[in-house]
Amino acid sequence: MRYATSIVSLGIACFLAVLAAAFAHDAAFAKHMWVLAIVLVVGVIALLRQVDFQPAPAVDPSAYMDGPIRYGLIATVFWAVVGLLVGVVIALQLAYPLLNIEPWFNFGRLRPLHTSGVIFAFCGNALICTSFYVVQRTSRARLFGGDLAWFVFWGYQLFIVMAATGYLLGITESREYAEPEWYVDIWLTVVWVAYLVVFLGTVIKRREPHIYVANWFYLAFIVTIAMLHIVNNLSMPVSFLGSKSYSAFSGVQDALTEWWYGHNAVGFFLTAGFLGMLYYFVPKQANRPVYSYRLSIIHFWALIFLYIWAGPHHLHFTALPDWAQTLGMVFSVMLWMPSWGGMINGLMTLSGAWDKLRTDPIIRMMVAAIAFYGMSTFEGPMMAVKTVNSLSHYTDWTIGHVHSGALGWNGLMAFSAVYYMTPKLWNRPALYSMRMVSWHFWLATLGIVVYAAVMWVSGIQQGLMWREHDEQGFLVYSFVESVAALHPYYLIRALGGLLYLSGALVMAWNITMTILGHQRDEAPIGGLLPSLQPAE
Amino acid sequence: MTEKHIDDVSGVRTTGHEWDGIRELDNPMPRWWVWTFYATIIWSLGYVIAFPAWPLLKTSTQGVLGYSSRAEVDRDLQAASAEMDVYQTAIRERTMDDILADEALRPIAIAAGAAAFKMNCVQCHGSGAEGSKGFPNLNDDDWMWGGNPDQIRQTIAHGIRFTKDGETRDSLMPPFADVLEPAQIAQVSAFVASLSGPVRDPSLIAAGKTVFAENCAACHGDNAKGNREMGAPNLTDAIWLYGSGEASIAAQVRAPRAGVMPAWNDRLGETTVKELATFVHELGGGEK
Repeated sequence: MRYATSIVSLGIACFLAVLAAAFAHDAAFAKHMWVLAIVLVVGVIALLRQVDFQPAPAVDPSAYMDGPIRYGLIATVFWAVVGLLVGVVIALQLAYPLLNIEPWFNFGRLRPLHTSGVIFAFCGNALICTSFYVVQRTSRARLFGGDLAWFVFWGYQLFIVMAATGYLLGITESREYAEPEWYVDIWLTVVWVAYLVVFLGTVIKRREPHIYVANWFYLAFIVTIAMLHIVNNLSMPVSFLGSKSYSAFSGVQDALTEWWYGHNAVGFFLTAGFLGMLYYFVPKQANRPVYSYRLSIIHFWALIFLYIWAGPHHLHFTALPDWAQTLGMVFSVMLWMPSWGGMINGLMTLSGAWDKLRTDPIIRMMVAAIAFYGMSTFEGPMMAVKTVNSLSHYTDWTIGHVHSGALGWNGLMAFSAVYYMTPKLWNRPALYSMRMVSWHFWLATLGIVVYAAVMWVSGIQQGLMWREHDEQGFLVYSFVESVAALHPYYLIRALGGLLYLSGALVMAWNITMTILGHQRDEAPIGGLLPSLQPAE
Repeated sequence: MTEKHIDDVSGVRTTGHEWDGIRELDNPMPRWWVWTFYATIIWSLGYVIAFPAWPLLKTSTQGVLGYSSRAEVDRDLQAASAEMDVYQTAIRERTMDDILADEALRPIAIAAGAAAFKMNCVQCHGSGAEGSKGFPNLNDDDWMWGGNPDQIRQTIAHGIRFTKDGETRDSLMPPFADVLEPAQIAQVSAFVASLSGPVRDPSLIAAGKTVFAENCAACHGDNAKGNREMGAPNLTDAIWLYGSGEASIAAQVRAPRAGVMPAWNDRLGETTVKELATFVHELGGGEK
């Protein structure tokens, strides 16, 4: 009987969740365990409906395992829409505080839902499914571990659901980007180790003599995230049936551990992993070789060596000792060129294929992603310089910086990978509509530009208002005056987010129609232009 | 796999490997990239020599410039307090009336008070000192505890109904829900409202006047003008702390609310409190 083991283990887990709810140490934990039990019951029912007493069809060991990748792609699109929607909601909450609905939907609970939704649910699913796609094809090997890849996919979705519902119930460790409590952290550790086993096993059994550069980046991302996640979440639960835990570190050491984690979540989750994406999908879509092998080696090792030390720049002018601030700053500055190595390799890979910008909106999206990557990896080292940081710290400038990276680089890169993979994974001749990709590109780009520009203005204004003194040395503005002054910018920011979200909705429609096997009747892009001839 | 392979478009040699159709060109690293990378490394080396950088067992290298962010803050604070010392001393040593009479000192005290107000008072009284329901407007000339410079200073210094401070302003209006009949409460509310505006049912006013004289006049005065000694507000001036109109007045009669303001002397010091009092006095409603 297929799924017998899964059904039995899910059933037992469900029973344990109900027990945990019954004997819970606190009310929040009881509620959270009921959520878990309900999710697991839904899983059991879904599996029971698929029970099949025929023997499982034989697996062709030479074929690629694309099932978890198809599910992962759908999850990527779904979580993108959810994460961006929550982003628009909290942007409006900042502009109109009345939209905070106590207690579940106030800003304090929705904000981690937005950040985790975008970083871990959307980008995380994009990373897992593209890494499975890329590692099989560049290793010419089927995913290692059989159904373990399915466990990684569903286990990761369970992590997302538990993290998200925990936030809404008010369960949080209050560590930025690491808010889930200890039991959700332990679950993610299990899933992540399984992910490492699948990925590394596939690399080891590869049928290519060398490991492709994209896989170096993916592997660095998986290994480092495991290390960061475990160390940053070392904590002691109040009760093993309770939702509260206390960090193993205290004071400034706790803060430094958190930002060592936080900065490298950006460095390895959102940079190294996405460079892996870049190194496969850009050459494939452009049909051109990677620009420089030497550059890829040097910038890979420089990037992973330097990134890990840059975290203290999040704690400039705090209780953190001066020496640690100095090191955080200089390592950030040295990180500038290693980051740009990826940009150069990405952009120069297009040499000989620049004409495709005219006809291929996916290439356009990739180029924009790389351009935003280059811009935010220049802005980052600049903001890490203490003089700049004394103005930018705690202001909306930081928010703008993060979003030009997340919306520009991560969003557009993941979207173009989704557009590349969908027809291939479902055996469709092409996407439902290339013109809708073009629409998505312009909506998203306009959204990012509006968002980033308005956050620069509001962040710098905020910083200047906070430090404004009159000629006698007295403070000119109260804090609340700076908040009131930002209202128009917050409205425009929400508009930028709305543009970006509507682009993602266009994508969701386009991908759905492609999967369902439809083709839109439309004129090809650039088809009306006369084909250009080189000058004689 | 390692045989020589030349890319047709660029004419550059590849590394010879191919993964899923992807090749890699054997281009050198861009020179400007390498040199900029070196430049950031050299700048960083210089910076870590100049500033505290490398952790040692108990301390760290101090850097040849001898920089310390704590020392820098200390220096800045000392410079600021040295600059402020001149007028701070003057304000500390003089009476409120003297400060207000001194044409040179008064604007400084007002500016200093405005800055302190932004940090400590706007949360309740609003950034324009306009107040809101339960928090008095400080721009008008209605004072529950007195509006001359010293009375304002006294209120800020010791707070209102702030039990931790022995000299705090204190008053407590008793709840009349169990003392008066509902009809009497409606009558007295109509009477009080009529003192500063029209009321819905003027026939209640006469009876309300009697209720007032028997229950309220002891504190609020026969003419309802209030009594600052007891912190009883003036009820004739159309300025209301807990809302205007008969319904709001009746609610306050039945179960009065009594707000608390913290004492600021211990938190901010006498000098800042004097500056705040000067600022509030000069908002427009200050009395002689």
